[in-house]
Order: sequence, then C-alpha cells, then structure tokens
Amino acid sequence: MAAKHMEHIQPYSLQSGTMIPTNFRKFLRTCVIWQLMRFIAINIKMTILILRSHH
Amino acid sequence: MARLVVMGGGVSGHTAATFAKKWLGSKHEVVVVTPNSLWNWIPSNIWVGVGEMKKEDVTFALAPVYKKAGIDYRQAKAISIHPEGNNSGDKPYITIEYTSKEKEGQTEELTYDYLINATGPKLNFAATPGLGDANGIGEHTVSVCTADHAVHASHELHKVFQKAKTKKQKILVGTGHGMCTCQGAAFEYIFNIEHEAKKAGVRDNVDIKWISNESFLGDFGMGGMHLNVGGYTASSKIFAESLYSERKLSWIIGAHVNKVEKGKAHYELLDGSTGVEEFDFAMLIPPFAGVGLKALNKAGEDITETLFAPNGFLKVDANYAAGAYENWKASDWPRTLQNPTYGNIFAVGIAFAPPHPISKPMSSPNGTPITPTPPRTGMPSAMMGKAVARSIVDMINGASKPTHTACMAEMGAACVASAGKGLFSGTAAAMTVYPVVPDFEKYPGIGRDINMTTGEIGLAGHWIKHFLHFAFIWKAKLKPLWTIIPE
Repeated sequence: MAAKHMEHIQPYSLQSGTMIPTNFRKFLRTCVIWQLMRFIAINIKMTILILRSHH
Repeated sequence: MARLVVMGGGVSGHTAATFAKKWLGSKHEVVVVTPNSLWNWIPSNIWVGVGEMKKEDVTFALAPVYKKAGIDYRQAKAISIHPEGNNSGDKPYITIEYTSKEKEGQTEELTYDYLINATGPKLNFAATPGLGDANGIGEHTVSVCTADHAVHASHELHKVFQKAKTKKQKILVGTGHGMCTCQGAAFEYIFNIEHEAKKAGVRDNVDIKWISNESFLGDFGMGGMHLNVGGYTASSKIFAESLYSERKLSWIIGAHVNKVEKGKAHYELLDGSTGVEEFDFAMLIPPFAGVGLKALNKAGEDITETLFAPNGFLKVDANYAAGAYENWKASDWPRTLQNPTYGNIFAVGIAFAPPHPISKPMSSPNGTPITPTPPRTGMPSAMMGKAVARSIVDMINGASKPTHTACMAEMGAACVASAGKGLFSGTAAAMTVYPVVPDFEKYPGIGRDINMTTGEIGLAGHWIKHFLHFAFIWKAKLKPLWTIIPE
C-alpha cells in the first residue's frame, strides 16, 4: 500500500521526477536515538570541516 | 600605536574587530564604525520572521560589548575612504557620519593605519520596482534580511494565516531579482512558513510557491552541489526537489522578478517567456550591492573605480579578468582579501568583490541576466574576518605581507536550514559543503570533496541550529571562553 504522504505525487508532474522518502526514512528523521547519533556524527563532520577551512 | 578601523559590525566585522583587539591588546587601537546600535544573529531572523523568536532574541546592544573589549565604537556610517590622505597630510583616513541620537548627522575624519571594509550589503530593493521602499520594509513584499524586517514579515504572515481560516491564500517566497544571492535564507523561510501553516491548522488553505533566479532548484548560488546520499553522489537538485515535493511546495525557477505590484509579481524566465504570479504574502530577497562608499585620492579626485568594482564591492586579490565560465578556476578567488592598490585595506564578508559568480551565468533570449550571485555570508564571512584580523595583527607586528588566508575555494561551509523550531517537532536540513567554490582541478567531476559535502534531514539539524544560535550569540557577546567557539 502506498504511503499517505506520497499521494500528492501526480504522474508527469514537476514533483513526479523526484525521490520521496519512505516511511522508514521519515521515522528515522524524528527517532530521538538515531538523531542523537546523527547529531554527534554531523558535529564531528562540521568540526573537521572547520579545521580544514582555517589557514 | 597603530590604529585598525573596521567599517561594519556584522558577522565578519565583529569577528575581525574582537579578535584583532584580543591579539593587539592595549598597545594598539581598534575602532569599529557601524551605523547600527545592535548586533544581529541574522540566521535566526528566519525564526523571527515566523513569530517563533522575538527581535530581542537575535540582537544585543554593541556598545557594552565593545566597552568591555576596549574597542572604540562609533555608531556612524562610513562615507568615503581617503587612502592617500589629503593635501594637509599623508595619513589615510575615512569620513564618517554619526547615526546615534546624540551625534546624528555630525561628520568626522577618522585616520587609520589599517582598514577593514566589512560593511555588508546595501539591500538594493530599488532594483525591482515595487520591492520594498526607502526604509527597506516592503511596500508589497516583506523581507527577513534584518531583525526589523523579520518582525514586520511575521506580522504580515500571521494576518495571512488568519485569513486562511476562511479563504484560500497564496504565499510566494524566493528572490526578487535575477541577480540575487542568499537563496538559502529564502529556502529556510519557505520551509518554516510551511511548518507554521501546519501548526496553525491552515496548511490546506495555503498555496505556497517558490520563485527564484536559480537555473535549477538547489543551485543556492553555488552552482549546486553533489551530496553523498545513500551510497550515491546525488545532485542538490534532487535533494531540493524532494524536499519541496514532500511538503507540497511548487516552484518557478530561472526567474527574474522585474516588477512587483500589490498582490502581483511580474517575472521573466530564462526561456524568455514572461508571467505574473499572484500572492497574498510574498517574501522576496532583494539583490545586494555595495553600500556606496566613495574613494578619493590625495588631490581629492574620485578613485572609486580603482578601489571598488562597479557593483560597489571592494576589489581584493582576486582574478577579475577570468572571462568566460569555461575559463573560471578556483584560483580566481581571493586568498588574503587585501586590496591590490592599497596594501593596508582589506575587505571581508559580503563587502569584497568576488571575481565572478559561482553558478554558470545565464540570460534570457532578451538579454536579461538571470544568475545567482555568490553567497558569502555566515560561516565563510566569519572565517574571513578572523584570518584578516590575524594578518593585520602580524603586519602591525612587523610582517611585510598578509600571513593568513581565507579563500572560499579552500574553505567549507555548514548550513542548517530549519523547518520549525521545536526540539522534537519539525526537521531541519543539515548540509556541509567543501569547498564553497568548486575546485574542478582538485576534485574532478563534481568540484568538491564528496566526503565533506553532505546533506541530511532530521531533528539533529534542529538541535545544531539551536546550539549555533546560542553559541554564536555567546561568542559575539565575548562571554567566557568565546575564543574557543569556532567560526
């Protein structure tokens, strides 16, 4: 069964050529445990980025 | 004793002035000239613009902070630069006009040994008839470029939400001219509006549309980027279109908005066609220009064209003769941000003249240029401020040339675009890009380091956005340990 949030995608419309997240991906976006891990990972990535950017 | 004068007290100017004073100590003088009495953490204006924050949450008074730091603060606007002095002496100086209540309209000559131009942009609403008025607050559209603009935008937005309870409303968000930059701010604002409309229970009655000068969604004035997503190298076009589609936002791209009337935005597209988009509420970012500083030589002759590019931004060590897009290189971008004619003048943040856009220049068959101009706000502008401050401090202490660089082709940027403000509701897109200006020689194909150019959506981005808000205001207020908070 199609996910409810995909109902608006009409064939051959502007929106039909894009990728739409699955329900599992949407769940992960607000899953606190997963997001805590992502928070740490993104911060590490941003720190590396900052260190590489200063000359 | 040397004197460093910093024109502008925004993100880049404030960073430069505070670090320079810390490193120079009381032996030398740092003066900040800015027409504003408040410092504004501009990224959070988005939350002010939807009513999630107040002006007081994103601003603070500069005077007490500069007093604490030992920085000479002049609430004034710079009028002209005299890099050779005048007939009375060789000492370079700038003329300033006070904007504070006590001294409003008074002018003064302020000598300098080193000068940093960090004036930021003039919000050029006049480039598009009907876009804003002389005070910057929109005539027919709103803006979130300043805290006051954002407060006004929030009021207008909530009027529209109120009307949407009984009648369909149309909201238009994007850029108000074919040569705009700062698509990222509009991008964040449209997602916050969508989130707030849902919260207000009126989403079904609000049609939200994006209009911008990008040739594809997700260009962001950086020629787009390729992201490392799910094992693929995916264009930001796919990433952005996915975000818009998921939230039922439609879009018009490659658009030069050429006139705004009450409830109507007229535009021309890259294919030469024209159209009119009706709206009940529109937030359209204006194009940026230099603030209009004049430059005069010792004899009093106008040398503005020597010091500034035609768009009013200060020339630095960039390659302004790169020519066509096919010839562009990462090495065209300035490294030291030093003016080539006057070695004691530097420019940081939006105030420096970029060598060319980052996005490929495009125009309609009618010859109308429709190309995003390069973004140089936020993180890159702060890094420029710090690097230039370090160079000037070293030069004051004896170095013969700038010792530090801050090149947009050698630095990355982190961008967090929120959709809502809650810690457990809404989601944000957290993006990193390295380098900002693609280097196709170093990173063939996509021009950027794929391991450092990423984007993901989730609550973590919200938490980072909150953290950045408090951390950067803490840092700007020079509270304990402010120096360890990175730019």
